Amino acid sequence: MKLILERFVHNAVALLAVITILFFMFRLMPGTPLAAFINENLNADQQQAMLEQFGLDKPMWQQYFIYLGNLLQGEFGLSFFQRRSVTTILLEVLPNSLILTLTSLIIAYIFGVLAGAWLAWKRGSWIERAAVPAVLATRAAPEFWIGMVLLALLSFNAGWFPSGGASSPGLAYANNWQRIASWDYVHHLALPVLTLALYLQGLPLLLMRSNMLEVMHEEFVTMARMKGFSEWRIVIQHAARNALLPVVTAFALGVGLSMGGNVVIETVFSWPGIGRLLVQAVSVHDYPLAQGAFLMIALVLALMNFVADLLYMVLDPRVSHGRKG
Amino acid sequence: MVERAEPIAPARTGFPLLPVLRRMAAMPLKDPFAFTGLLIYVLFVMVALLADQLAPVDPLEILFTKTGKLAANVPPGAEFWLGTTNLGRDIYAQLVHGTRSALAVGLSAAIIVSTVGTVVGLVSGYFGGAVDAVLMRIADMALSLPFLPFVIVLTGFLGADTSNIVLAVALLLWPNSARVIRSQVLTLRERAYVEAARVTGASASRILFVHIAPNILPLSFVYAAIAIGWAIITEASVSFLGFGDPDSVSWGMMLQDAFSSQALSRGQYAWFVPPGLCIILVVVAGFFISRGYEEVFMPRLRGR
Repeated sequence: MKLILERFVHNAVALLAVITILFFMFRLMPGTPLAAFINENLNADQQQAMLEQFGLDKPMWQQYFIYLGNLLQGEFGLSFFQRRSVTTILLEVLPNSLILTLTSLIIAYIFGVLAGAWLAWKRGSWIERAAVPAVLATRAAPEFWIGMVLLALLSFNAGWFPSGGASSPGLAYANNWQRIASWDYVHHLALPVLTLALYLQGLPLLLMRSNMLEVMHEEFVTMARMKGFSEWRIVIQHAARNALLPVVTAFALGVGLSMGGNVVIETVFSWPGIGRLLVQAVSVHDYPLAQGAFLMIALVLALMNFVADLLYMVLDPRVSHGRKG
Repeated sequence: MVERAEPIAPARTGFPLLPVLRRMAAMPLKDPFAFTGLLIYVLFVMVALLADQLAPVDPLEILFTKTGKLAANVPPGAEFWLGTTNLGRDIYAQLVHGTRSALAVGLSAAIIVSTVGTVVGLVSGYFGGAVDAVLMRIADMALSLPFLPFVIVLTGFLGADTSNIVLAVALLLWPNSARVIRSQVLTLRERAYVEAARVTGASASRILFVHIAPNILPLSFVYAAIAIGWAIITEASVSFLGFGDPDSVSWGMMLQDAFSSQALSRGQYAWFVPPGLCIILVVVAGFFISRGYEEVFMPRLRGR
């Protein structure tokens, strides 16, 4: 319990540091945040009124504490350009990003774990020798480039998938959940998911493979072999279960990490998620929106790091016992 | 398959760096993966050096056909090996000249990352205490920043300049190498030969740089190789998102250009497939080299 609290505080402090860095980074950028926003036709009084409306007339440290207070209440401020609450905009697109990330990760990890275990079993065969560099190549490819190639092949050339967006124009739904559950949404989701899954499968695959190779040398596997269990039963029941632990932790970390990487995937497929929102906000210098989108990604990252810490403790008793003792 | 990783104890006389360097240089010959990786590096460096000879055409020049028409979207052929862009620019020339910016970005990021990572790792691991605690908290902080979003925000606001991208990459990547090097220093610090040096009255800086640092060198090299790949992918991603340096010809800029000029719907594969393959080759080369060095010098780190 003490350990859990310690990890929580650790991750919370890191998040606070990120918030602080971000706040001052945005404030110290060249030009006033409103430079792009204030109309030149406004007179000095009106400009001043505008600065006051956004709270930019107060000293920096005061702005910082007001900002922290607002964050705690889930208040991210007002978008300069959309003139809407950043929180509302973020909550609109967050489900799209989470659905994209989780679906891709689940597919990537199921495939990666199975293929990795299989490759470990096939160690030394020509297929293993060819597969490892091939998997490394998928990890080396830029995510957006995989997306571009798949888009050209499967969407523009074969016409199997729509080329972008999350829904076809002209369709109306009673609510957001109905829209997400529709076939049209799944059809739009397929290609981005395929791209992301292709990029993400390398890590669980290689991790599972090397864990399996290590576990296969452990005493309990030798023991099972001496008991005369079939090779398949040894692989599944004894080795795979133990090799899986680090992969589960990697999954949790993967959610946080790939939320950041989604920036490019969402742009390639014009997927209305938080990454694309960040790119758009940065390119039009919409500070509150960019800051909000960035923080949301950082929050998911911190949360998932904490979850990974917890999983690590729960799944591998050696960790918590070792540290307590 | 795997050699035992004996730390290279410094010779009693002479400079200890030499045997380590000799072993590092001989390593690619023992490991086919590392050899392939090194070969790819050499190839790209040669292309970068000879870019003007290999592709004498200015990559940004707008070209015309013999009949005086704009040479736009010409399919690959004898005159233009990979065809031309929608504005009549030679794609092959862009690909060749893009090697230069890729290597510039990759190498500068790698040098910063491995230097900072090594120094922080050495100091943190050897001295411990408050210095260690402060440095490692800073590392934690840098690691909890989402990678690509941070680079985008920094380059988006500081300006689309290649050096800003390198700076952002370096700011986020050094903690990985610092942490691993630190843990390696922690074990080296307790070795008998270091203890012996301490007993004979060697100064802290002498122990650090003469007795410990040479053993860390292969690790610094591994992280440098990985950083080259990361920096090139990041530069490509940032360029693709439209925050790249508008003056530089890079693989990322080519991909962005192809994407925004509808090369995908026209099926101009020769425009956007080669830059991606080049990126894959350079990054994979880094993976191969780091894999080879890890197997030979520190087998326990394998698979990370």
